[in-house]
Amino acid sequence: MASLPQWFHRLGAPKSFYFMTGKWLPWLALSAFVLLSVGTIWGLAFAPQDAKQGNSFRVIYIHVPAAFLALAGYYVMAVAGAIGLIWRMKLSHMVMKSAAPLGAVLTFISLVTGALWGKPTWGTYWVWDARITSMLVLFFLYLGVIALQNAYSNQDAANKASAVLALVGTVNIPIIYKSVDWWYTLHQPATLKLTGGSSMHPDMLQPLLVMIAGFYCFYALALILATRAEIIYRERRTSWVLDLAAGKQGI
Amino acid sequence: MTAETKANPFAAIFFRDLKLAFRHRSEIANPLLFFLMVATLVPLGVSPESQLLSVLAPGMIWVMALLASLLSTETLFLSDYRDGSLEQLVICPQPLWQVVLAKVCAHWLVTGLPLTLFSPLLGLMLSLPAAGFMPMLASLALGTATLSMIGSVGAALTVAIPRGGLLLSLIVMPLYMPVLIFGASAVQQAVDGFSAVGTLAILGALFAFSCMVTPFATAGALRVSLHG
Repeated sequence: MASLPQWFHRLGAPKSFYFMTGKWLPWLALSAFVLLSVGTIWGLAFAPQDAKQGNSFRVIYIHVPAAFLALAGYYVMAVAGAIGLIWRMKLSHMVMKSAAPLGAVLTFISLVTGALWGKPTWGTYWVWDARITSMLVLFFLYLGVIALQNAYSNQDAANKASAVLALVGTVNIPIIYKSVDWWYTLHQPATLKLTGGSSMHPDMLQPLLVMIAGFYCFYALALILATRAEIIYRERRTSWVLDLAAGKQGI
Repeated sequence: MTAETKANPFAAIFFRDLKLAFRHRSEIANPLLFFLMVATLVPLGVSPESQLLSVLAPGMIWVMALLASLLSTETLFLSDYRDGSLEQLVICPQPLWQVVLAKVCAHWLVTGLPLTLFSPLLGLMLSLPAAGFMPMLASLALGTATLSMIGSVGAALTVAIPRGGLLLSLIVMPLYMPVLIFGASAVQQAVDGFSAVGTLAILGALFAFSCMVTPFATAGALRVSLHG
């Protein structure tokens, strides 16, 4: 493993992770803020109205990035859990614990924004559509991981147990998605499609891409902040955290 | 353990668990009673009209079988954990996944199989159309076996948690959903006059896949639960 740069190894130790990410935070925060404000203003105020849906389509500028990250966040959580199980890295368990509530919130946001968009467009808040249902199941999987994480009083067991659950869930996600897809098509033909047109007009797509980039930055920022809090909590008895609390070291 | 059973941990655990189950016969009956009572709730809560019930029957029977199987999953490792024999099984030299597989097979024989054999009675109570009976038996046999396999992971993860039963249902239910979808739709297809063979084949594939994966996941989860 000599080919890996040294900073990568350092990132594995909670203490160096804490100090290294401390330097990244302002830049991440700045880019998340800029991208999200540009994307929001562009998407809500300047992007053209949809021919059929009018202004209600603008919900996608929140809905799509949130759904993207809800899915990607599950894989972040599962991969962190796997790394923790295989290489027994303390840090990846902390990342995993921080990723679970973040992902659950993003899944919830995408479900709620989807429901709000569904009311004016489909005339109903909730449809048992394949994609909506599998997002709901994803939400349940996240909640299961959080519940298991909180149930153990022993931190080490909590780490490993929730990592195993996250991995089992990862194997299951494609099966769940496919089965819900088939289930829907078995019962009724697709009268409603989630995406109105097959391709988006560039004027609508560009702000969406900006919003997706902004959500990614925001996710990274939130994940790092939550992980830092977790590091401080779990290492609260170590000398460097005590020094930090006493103000002997800067961030 | 005799020399013979030492060489074959699967058979040793399998027959031990069956013997234990038959000494606690009431525990076998409990999920069945649950199954029967919930089936009684449906006409009381929805409507006693047989036409409406026959529409609901395929899905309701499957949902109830899933819940009954979920209830019995908790017992898979719990008594062994409480009396300490689970600890011995984990440290014994035989591969843990074989032990797990034996326990899950024995567990299915005393929970899933009775549920399956019991289901025609519920089919009659809920006026399931005649075409649905055979596919219901086949889908429940395959489906409850898959549910036992998947449930064993959850049971292993929650066995050391005090009052882990509710938590077990929370973490396992999302994983059960594909089985429910295919199981109920196999019955539904047969009722609608189509062939259920394709859907049953998918259920079989899910079962084969869960046999391949879950014993190892459960073995890992047991080690986590017992040793942190």
